[in-house]
Amino acid sequence: MTLDDLVPGQRATVTSCRGDGSVLQRLGEMGIVPGASVRFVRSAPFGDPIEVEIGRFHLALRRTEARRIDVELERPGTS
Amino acid sequence: MTMASPSAPDTTGADGSSSRISKVVVTGNPNAGKTTIFNRLTGLSQKVGNYPGVTVDRKEGRLRGVDRKVVLVDLPGTYSLAAYSPDEVAAIDVLLGQHAGGALPDLIVHVVDASNLERNLYLFSQLRELGRPMILALNMIDVARRRGLEIDASRLQRQLGVHVVVTHGQKGDGIAELRNSVVEHCTRSSSPGTPTTPLPASLTEAVNTFRDSLDDGERRRLGHELHFCEALRAVVDVNGHCERRVTAKLGDAIRTRIESARAKANSGLPLAMLETRTRYRWIDEHIEGCCEQKTREKIHLSERLDSVLTHHTWGFLIFAAVMLLLFQSIFTWAGPLMDLVDSAFSALGGWGGANLPEGVLRSLIVDGIVGGVGGVVIFLPQILILFLFIGLLEDCGYMARAAFLMDRVMSRCGLSGKSFIPMLSGFACAIPGVMAARVIEDRRDRLATILVTPLMTCSARLPVYAILIGTFIPDESILAGIVGLRAATLFGLYVLGIVTAVAMAWLFRKTLLRGKSTPFLLEMPSYKLPSLGTVLLRLLDRGKAFLTRAGTIILAISVIVWALAYFPRSSETVAEFTARRAPLEAALEATPPDDVDARARTATDIATIDQEQAGEHLRQSLFGRMGRTVEPAFEPLGWDWRISMAAIASFPAREVVVSTLGTIYNLSNEEDEESETLRERLRDARRDGTAERVFTVPVALSIMVFFALCCQCGATLAMIKRETRSWGWAGLTFGYMTALAYAAALVVYQVAIRFTG
Repeated sequence: MTLDDLVPGQRATVTSCRGDGSVLQRLGEMGIVPGASVRFVRSAPFGDPIEVEIGRFHLALRRTEARRIDVELERPGTS
Repeated sequence: MTMASPSAPDTTGADGSSSRISKVVVTGNPNAGKTTIFNRLTGLSQKVGNYPGVTVDRKEGRLRGVDRKVVLVDLPGTYSLAAYSPDEVAAIDVLLGQHAGGALPDLIVHVVDASNLERNLYLFSQLRELGRPMILALNMIDVARRRGLEIDASRLQRQLGVHVVVTHGQKGDGIAELRNSVVEHCTRSSSPGTPTTPLPASLTEAVNTFRDSLDDGERRRLGHELHFCEALRAVVDVNGHCERRVTAKLGDAIRTRIESARAKANSGLPLAMLETRTRYRWIDEHIEGCCEQKTREKIHLSERLDSVLTHHTWGFLIFAAVMLLLFQSIFTWAGPLMDLVDSAFSALGGWGGANLPEGVLRSLIVDGIVGGVGGVVIFLPQILILFLFIGLLEDCGYMARAAFLMDRVMSRCGLSGKSFIPMLSGFACAIPGVMAARVIEDRRDRLATILVTPLMTCSARLPVYAILIGTFIPDESILAGIVGLRAATLFGLYVLGIVTAVAMAWLFRKTLLRGKSTPFLLEMPSYKLPSLGTVLLRLLDRGKAFLTRAGTIILAISVIVWALAYFPRSSETVAEFTARRAPLEAALEATPPDDVDARARTATDIATIDQEQAGEHLRQSLFGRMGRTVEPAFEPLGWDWRISMAAIASFPAREVVVSTLGTIYNLSNEEDEESETLRERLRDARRDGTAERVFTVPVALSIMVFFALCCQCGATLAMIKRETRSWGWAGLTFGYMTALAYAAALVVYQVAIRFTG
C-alpha cells in the first residue's frame, strides 16, 4: 500500500519511495526515508493535499507524491 | 569517513587582529526562529537589500554590543544544501563563498528548532562538511519542553562535536551567550579540523575522483576551487543548481565525468535516497540519549486547532472571515490616522499658500510637492495595518494553513499552494511578492506566479480605490447592515484581481508554460504566539520603504507632473483673462459695501473667469496637449483628457494617479481660497465647456477596474526583469495586463452607463 491509502489516525512505516532524483531528494530531506514512521493526520477540504506527521513535525504533500511512497501499516499500539 | 582531498583553501588566513571584519552567516530551516535570533543579534543595524521582505533577500547587520566588527548575514531558510529554487541557490552560494565579494564565512551560526531536532540536523550534517567553524543555536527550547521533550545540550555538544548554545529567541534568553560565543569564535584563528562525512566511501571517492579530474584550465574557467560540498551536489542532484553551473562554465565534456561519477557511486539505491537515508541514520546515532520524551505527548494544541482551522467548512469560513476583517480594518481603523496625516499636510499647504509670494514657486511647493506627496503619504496608515496583519498571520503560522487550504484550488490552475504566499504578499506589494516566488522550485510554477502576482491588489492601488470609493460609492450598508457598501466594493475589486490572476495563471500554464508540476511539500509549523518584535521590525522596514518611495519617485513625479501641467503659460492668455476681469473688478470697486447681493454676484462672476483661466492654462499645458491627443483612445472608457493624462503619468507608480489628480485639480482651482478636499474637487469637476460632471459612478468604476488590472508600476517591472533575468517576461507582464485593463474598463463602463442611464 502507499501513503495515499491511509486514513486519518493510521500509522505506517515507509518501505520505499519511487520517483526521480529531485523528488527523492525533497522527500528524503524531509525525513521520508525507508524505515521512517508516519502518521496520517488529515486531508485538506477537497481531499488533496494531505497532512502527515513525520518525526516531530507536520508535512503537507499532494496525493500524487503520496502514491510514490510505499508504506506498511503499523499495528495500533506499537507506535 | 574523512574526505580525502583537502577542502577549499582557507581564505580567512590566521589573522586574528581586531581590525578585520568577520563574516558570520546565520542559517537554518524555515520556521526555526532564525529571523528572531538574527534580529536579536543585530538590532536595528540591519540593512535589507534594496527591497524589504522576509529574508527573501540577503539581510546583513552588525553584531551589536561588541567592539569587534562582526557582520552577520541572514540566509534564506533552507532544509538542505541541495539547491533547486533560487532561494536555496542564494543560500548555498553564500555558504560556499561564491556570492559577490565572496570569501568563505568565518563562522556559521546554525539555528535549529529543538522541538524538531532530527529534521533540523539534516542541514547540519551537510553544513559540517563545509569545514567551517560552527555554532549550533538550540532554539525554541521552550516549545520542546512544553511537549515533554528534555534535551541534554551538553551531551549533544559532545556527540555532535560542535559548540551548542541554548536559546529562546522570542524571550531573548541565551542571546548574550550566543553573542559572546560568536565573538570568541571570530577572535580565535584556529583553523577547523578535517571535515568528516557519514556518506559511504563509494560516494565520497566518486566525488573526489570527479574533483581531482579537473585540470588547471578547468579550474581557472570555474573561477574557484571546487569544494567537496559543491562537487557532491553536482553528482547527487540530477539537474540541480551545482550541476547546471559547472556544466555551464565547463561545457558538456564535464557532463560525462559527472555521469561516470554517478555510475561509480551507484550502490543499487538512487543516490538521493542513499544520501538522505545515510544522513538520517547518522543523526539518529548522534542524538542518541540527548532527547528524552519525559511525558507522553498528547495530541498537541496545534493539531486540535487545525481540526477547526483546516476543516472543510469552518476552515474556509474562518479564512473568509479573516480576509474580510483585514479589509474592513483597513478602512475603519486607519480612518482617524489618515485624517491626522491629511490635516498635517493641509496645514502645511495652507501655511505655504499664505506665506509664499504668488507665482511659480508657490504653485510648485503648494500644488506640486505638498499636494502630490501628501496625497500619497496619507495612505501610510492603511499600508501599515495591512502589513501588520500579514506579518502577524505569517508569524503565527496561519499562512501555511492558508496554503494548505488553497492548494487544491491553486493546482487546478497550474499553480501550487506555495504560489499562494507570494500572491498574498502581492496584496501588500508586488515587489516582495515577486521576490517571494523564489521559494518555488519549479521554473514554470515560479514564472506563472511571477506573471500573475502583480494582478493582486497591492497597497499602491488602495489610494486609487480609497479616493474613488470614498467619493462616489454611497456610505450605505447592505446585507442587513453588517457590511458597508464601500467595504463590499473594495472586496469586489480584490476578488476581481484574484479571479483574473487565477484565470491568467491557468492560461499561461496551458500555453507558454506547459508542463507537469514538481512535488508540493509544505511544512505545517506549530502555531505560536507571534513575536511582536519581529513583526514590528518588519513593519518598520516596510513603512520606511514606502516613505522612501514617497520621498523619491513620487516626489520627482509630482514635480514633473506639476511642471507638465503648469507650463507653458502663455502671457496672451493671461492678458486676455485679465482684460475680461478688469471691468468686473472695476464694478466691484464701484459697488457700495452695503449692497451685499450685488457684490456677491460680481465676485462669483470673477471666480468663474478665474476657473476658466485655470482650465485654459491646463488645456494649453504640455500635459493638456498630451491628454487631448490620447483622449479618443480612452473615450470609450468614459475618461476625459485629464483622467487620460493622469493614467499616463502614473506609469512609473500607480499610486501617483492620486497625486496627479490632486495636482491637476489643484491647478484648475488655483484661486480657490478654501482648502477643499480632493474628494470635493473631483465631485465638482466638469467636462470642458459643459455642466456635465467628469466623474460619475460608471467613470469611477471604469478607472478602478483599469487600475485593478493594469501594471502601472516601474519598480515591479524592474523586479520581474531581475528575477527572470529577461526584459521579455517584464514586457509580457506589462503588455498583457494593460490590454486586459483596457478591455475590462471598457466593458465595465459600457455596461454601467446602460444601467445608470
